[in-house]
Amino acid sequence: MAHEPAEHFENLAQQERASHLGMWLFLTSEVLLFGALFALYTGYRLEYPQDFSQAVHHNNIAIGTINTAILVTSSFSAAWAVHSARAGSRRGILGSLGITLLLGLVFLVLKGIEYKQHFDAGVFPGAFYRSEELPTHGANLFFTLYFFITGLHALHVIGGLTALTILGVFAARRHYSPENHTPLELGVLYWHLVDVIWIFVWPLMYLQK
Amino acid sequence: MTTAALPFDLTEDSHADYLRAQSGVRSWLNTRDHKRIALMFLGAVNLSLLLGGVFALLVRLELLTPERTLMSASTYNRMFTLHGIVMVFMFMIPSIPTVFGNFLLPLMLGAKDVAFPRLNLASFYVYVFGSVLTLWSMIAGGADMGWTFYAPYSTTSPAAVAPVGLGVFVLGLSSIMTGLNFIVTVHTMRAKNLRWHKMPLFVWSIYATSIIQVLATPVLGMSLLLVAVDRLFQLGIFDPTLGGDPVLFQHLFWFYSHPAVYIMILPAMGVISEVVCTFSHRPPASYRAIAYSSLGIAFVGFLTWGHHMFVAGISVLDSGLFGILSMFVAIFSAIKVLTWTATLRRGSISFETPMLYFFWFLFLFVFGGMTGVAVATSSLDVHWHDTYFVVAHFHFIMVGGTLTAYLGALHYWFPKLFGRCYSERWGMVSSITVFTGFFFTFMPQFLLGNAGMPRRYYSYPEQYQWLNVLSTAGASILTAGLVSTVVYLAVALARGPRASQNPWSSRSYEWLSASPPPQHNFLEQPDFERSPYDYHLPEPSAPGAAPHASEPAHSPGE
Repeated sequence: MAHEPAEHFENLAQQERASHLGMWLFLTSEVLLFGALFALYTGYRLEYPQDFSQAVHHNNIAIGTINTAILVTSSFSAAWAVHSARAGSRRGILGSLGITLLLGLVFLVLKGIEYKQHFDAGVFPGAFYRSEELPTHGANLFFTLYFFITGLHALHVIGGLTALTILGVFAARRHYSPENHTPLELGVLYWHLVDVIWIFVWPLMYLQK
Repeated sequence: MTTAALPFDLTEDSHADYLRAQSGVRSWLNTRDHKRIALMFLGAVNLSLLLGGVFALLVRLELLTPERTLMSASTYNRMFTLHGIVMVFMFMIPSIPTVFGNFLLPLMLGAKDVAFPRLNLASFYVYVFGSVLTLWSMIAGGADMGWTFYAPYSTTSPAAVAPVGLGVFVLGLSSIMTGLNFIVTVHTMRAKNLRWHKMPLFVWSIYATSIIQVLATPVLGMSLLLVAVDRLFQLGIFDPTLGGDPVLFQHLFWFYSHPAVYIMILPAMGVISEVVCTFSHRPPASYRAIAYSSLGIAFVGFLTWGHHMFVAGISVLDSGLFGILSMFVAIFSAIKVLTWTATLRRGSISFETPMLYFFWFLFLFVFGGMTGVAVATSSLDVHWHDTYFVVAHFHFIMVGGTLTAYLGALHYWFPKLFGRCYSERWGMVSSITVFTGFFFTFMPQFLLGNAGMPRRYYSYPEQYQWLNVLSTAGASILTAGLVSTVVYLAVALARGPRASQNPWSSRSYEWLSASPPPQHNFLEQPDFERSPYDYHLPEPSAPGAAPHASEPAHSPGE
């Protein structure tokens, strides 16, 4: 399919360069958005080291680790979609996007199960915290941040899945060719970011000596 | 003008200037043209300036007497909150980048538009939505926590703080969109022969500003979002009654809000760099010094936030480090000031309205900057902290800097924006009035602060009254200057003589386009091999000759 650059660009290469740089800058601002939360986490962890460590123990390390594996795998399948686009395989794009979507959904379901376990144990954010097992103030703060960070991350997962679904529809309609598949690349780039953020969330929320 | 009488004026649509290329309200609301978006922003930020100014005047009127003058104490708290939030987030941060950055960046880079025109239009609507949300929630909810949202006050105040935080969050989104667009534009949209070191200095300063916008604004957005959810769901992230730590809020808030003052001042420095070269008819004394010091300020600006917290219980070591890092900003700023002054030397200086604003900027910036070094010294800051000294300091450097540069830019590029000239005499008189008013508004506040009058207080001992009266009188003069500016610029828009393509004989690239520019900026791509400051060469001929060459062109001096 022949592509024309938008009117204000000289050529397609310039347009692609612009789109890529724009996406990277957007991802940078996303990193800083989460960076603020990680900074807050660090601050409170230094203030309540004991409480935080107990609270991390309370989290379900199995689900957390499985979810990490799921997201890393989904990043691989998303990258495979770009690889397929370069090779000109429409079926490859659709297949790998399908796997990515499926993995993303499983991640969300597992996250939901985990939230359910927390709620059953009385672990709620902020003033709604009812846990009898961990009645400390630091644990309360830990879980407030936990819900905020993982909740925001889950919103990003949902956003990423929506974007990948739309890209899949475009791919099915033969919008992408080996030369021209910038939107697909950008969407996958975003998915990688969602994955990378989780890789930082995982040790902060689940891993503990 | 009738096209029948001037058959050669029957230009095609793409040759018509951007104001006339299309008509109808929809052609404006739906436009992707960076120049039209710039004008829509001009209208919007001027409205914000008007609102913020009215709130400021009400604050000054209340402070005319030690006790109640006009309003109750709680109304007064709301008034200075309105003033601060409107001026910071709705005027100073967006003003120069969204208006002049938008209009000039593509012209200065030889591009047809910014990299993402639709994102650009979206950023305008996001700005309007954020402004309406912020204003509405402040007025309806009685916001009274000051523009800094400090916890625990923002977490316990009876006012509706959460929607204000969300409104400012939305404004931040618009700011990030603009910054992202400009960075990509500078990197990818430069004309073929335009190398980095040939870009006009204004572009460098907008570039540095955009980096701060993209990197710092998300942190502010997150902090305000946290304040909002903290209040809505009692999360206890910052609220100390629920175990939160208000000092952590200060850290996050100033991580953005200190760099934010460079979002305000860097574009102003860019304007000043252009104005000083054009009106001295000389290249900058050192191009690289001005360009790189902008990046230096952007970088160091991220490491100085702690100087707002000298009395918030941070350690002595931290205070010392933040104090020294803050003084680095003064070094970069001094490099700029010295380069501007050196540019004047041996220049052939012409005194026109934009140049007057340059001198006001220089005075306010240097004076404000030196008081900045004073308050960056933590031992002195303990005395001045939260007094009118600090209020006067940041009004001198931020407001004085941004407002004079904004007005300077408006006068300097007015012929380019609208193709009309304003009355130079009225311009000069109003400019002097604005400066006089500004000086007398804030000079007394330095003295008040040094004498110990705390900021944000509703009443004060009688010994402070004469200085307060002086300050309020200054604010009235400032208002008169601004009102007269609005009037003669409106007259110029309607009846001003047509401007020539390059009324100031500048060498910068934007003047190679017609006044006002055609829809696609240049009818014929100009030569970007030459420098935008080659004043030793004769003035280049105009490749994109003005479509209205048939009419006599005036220069503003006439």
